Amino acid sequence: MIQIVWFCLVAIMIAGYVVLDGFDLGAGIIHLFVARTEPERQRVLHSIGPVWDGNEVWLIAGGGTLYFAFPALYSAAFSGFYLALMMVLWLLILRGISIELRSHIESPIWKPFWDLIFGGSSALLALLYGAALGNVVRGVPLDSDGFFFIPLWTNFQPGQDPGILDWYTLLIGAAAFTVLALHGCYWVVLKTDGDLQQRSRAFGQRLWWAVVTFTAIITVVSFRLQPNILKEFSDHAWGYLFPLLAFAGMAGMRVSSARELDLYAFLSSCLYLIGMLTSTVFGVFPYVLPSISPRPGLTVTNAAAPEYGLYIGLAWWIPGMALAVIYSVFVYRRFAGKVAG
Amino acid sequence: MDSALALHRLHFAFTITFHYLFPQLTMGLALLIVILKTLALRTGNEHYNQAARFWVKIFAINFAMGVVTGIPMEFQFGTNWARFSKNAGGVIGQTLAMEGVFSFFLESTFLGLFVLGEKRLTPRLHLLSAFMVFLGSWLSGFFIIATDAWMQNPVGYKLGSNGEILLDSFRDLILNPWIQWQYLHNMIAAVVTASFVMASIGAFYLLTDRFPEHARIFVRTGVIAGTVAMILMLYPTGDGQGRMMADHRPVTLAAMEGLFDTSAGAPIVLVGQPDTDNLKLDNPITVPKALSFLTYRRWEAEVKGLKDFPRDQWPDNIPLLYYSYHIMVGLGTLLILLMVSCAWALWSGRLYRSRPLLWALLLALPFPYIATTAGWMTAELGRQPWLIYGLMRTSQGFSSHVSAGNTLFTLMGFMGLYMALGILFLFLVHREIDHGPSREAAAELSGVR
Repeated sequence: MIQIVWFCLVAIMIAGYVVLDGFDLGAGIIHLFVARTEPERQRVLHSIGPVWDGNEVWLIAGGGTLYFAFPALYSAAFSGFYLALMMVLWLLILRGISIELRSHIESPIWKPFWDLIFGGSSALLALLYGAALGNVVRGVPLDSDGFFFIPLWTNFQPGQDPGILDWYTLLIGAAAFTVLALHGCYWVVLKTDGDLQQRSRAFGQRLWWAVVTFTAIITVVSFRLQPNILKEFSDHAWGYLFPLLAFAGMAGMRVSSARELDLYAFLSSCLYLIGMLTSTVFGVFPYVLPSISPRPGLTVTNAAAPEYGLYIGLAWWIPGMALAVIYSVFVYRRFAGKVAG
Repeated sequence: MDSALALHRLHFAFTITFHYLFPQLTMGLALLIVILKTLALRTGNEHYNQAARFWVKIFAINFAMGVVTGIPMEFQFGTNWARFSKNAGGVIGQTLAMEGVFSFFLESTFLGLFVLGEKRLTPRLHLLSAFMVFLGSWLSGFFIIATDAWMQNPVGYKLGSNGEILLDSFRDLILNPWIQWQYLHNMIAAVVTASFVMASIGAFYLLTDRFPEHARIFVRTGVIAGTVAMILMLYPTGDGQGRMMADHRPVTLAAMEGLFDTSAGAPIVLVGQPDTDNLKLDNPITVPKALSFLTYRRWEAEVKGLKDFPRDQWPDNIPLLYYSYHIMVGLGTLLILLMVSCAWALWSGRLYRSRPLLWALLLALPFPYIATTAGWMTAELGRQPWLIYGLMRTSQGFSSHVSAGNTLFTLMGFMGLYMALGILFLFLVHREIDHGPSREAAAELSGVR
């Protein structure tokens, strides 16, 4: 089934985006707390400087892939979450500008201003991405034409007339915020040394407990809120592989960071993110956007583009992404090791 | 006009117009920087390297602006044009996704090396990274033009049982005959913009007696590249696009030219105001028979006027389309004259001392931007009232669930944000120009940065 192949490929793109841009978002979240002096903040920025733009390309390329493979999903979700998406755009603009323009002027007001924008936009993006994922799990009130529109909030209840923000999606948002902050922590620990590294390490150890707590809560709540999850896992027991990955990642983070195996701690965090995302996607399957109205939700098959285009797409997507992975490996190797001050 | 529709259109028009101010410079500048770095490598003249380094800084600021204002473009296909995307996403999603996969990864990888990596790379590898950024940006331009060309001239599709648009031939989509002239015309226009900017900054330094060595390189490179590019804009690319329009879209041609009555030996209008109520052109100044000749290569050829097309096929904003087209062509003509005069003066060794020509180059800076913007407005207003020409009307494509109020809210958000970006951009570019290319030279000697 070519639709399922593309479903997996889009999921890989999204996971790639979350793992890669996740650590530079996380670095943005924590840098206001762990980097105290101007040189320290500069080091955090240097650690992501050569790669953040490439990481964000995963969002653009992932969005493009979603667009051509599942046009009904792309158009419904993007117009339905209109206001949140526009805010994501504004935050991405502010964040990109803050990273690129910060170093242009040496001034005691210029740099702290952009640091604040960088930290704030990173934090809000993490929150909104989490809330977006929460919306997909909760489902949306699809109309008969396959579209919908929901406001930013209504009564903060995930009922029949939901908003983009309700207590459930805000909970997922808070979880995403914490998880990406930890992911960024491990990156900063990996790329720096001295006081900055020590402070990030200590911060990471505390954050880890928050992540464990959030993981437990959102797992229980999501199973109760979206009955499809339980059904999928009981129908296909092999699916437990995905939460197992997340669990292994969570344990790996703890063990590795305690032994100061910083690379393994970071990789464990990647594994945790992949495990959590794939578990979610698996739990919602075969839906890609469940419905809470009487209309059926969007599924892998009814949202997909016709097969001819999907087969053609494989012919350019595979070599294209192979090249992209080669570029990424090249850049990360080129800029490997600790960053200088 | 339904107000939600009008706002969705303005939303896209505003964000794309602002966005395209930046890529049109970086796409052209990437080529000019490759040329400067090649000259540095060939001649061993360090001034070329310093010149290149100066333009890399201007490039980097523009590129950052282009990246951040580019992300909203892809998103808006889904957010503001959902019905269009649902219907045609299987076709144009192909080219949009290919842009991300093939050009953005390439660009972002080599941009870091290109902007930050001169110290880490050998001169040849650094030139290669410049070339890769150039390649990436020109590939990106190709996929966008291929997308637009399909909306202008849909090919390689078939209609499904529910009227949905299905991709039928990927080959036809990528080899759309509309792409060729539009792509070349657009990319060469980017070279024109970059050439004028480079020559203009060079003229500014010469007129203010600063950095004379670098200024001459800027003026020389800008004028030579600009002259070649301007001539290519006129012929064959502009001519080719005009005749493509005449063959495929005679109604658009008539609206662009302000031609209401079908006539043999139709004139070209230089100046005049279209009156769409009384279907005539006020105060016309024309060149007799020129339109017939340029379009069909015969002085007496018949060109169909607007009155002979059904009203529902007319572009919905004929005056704006007419003015955009005339501004593009008018400015293009003046800019060709300026570049050719400068090239002549350069060849006879007078340009660097000719204050009138240097002043003209300095003041010309905004006009290539205005001409390219007017050119894109001509292309997209000329496509109206269709979103996909002949297949889907613009009024059928916008997100019907996104209200006028919500659209106005985000449009105003973008306007505010982009105003701040524009001010920041001018401020930072002004600083770089003020510092000039030889701060680099000084820093180089003392070994800092």
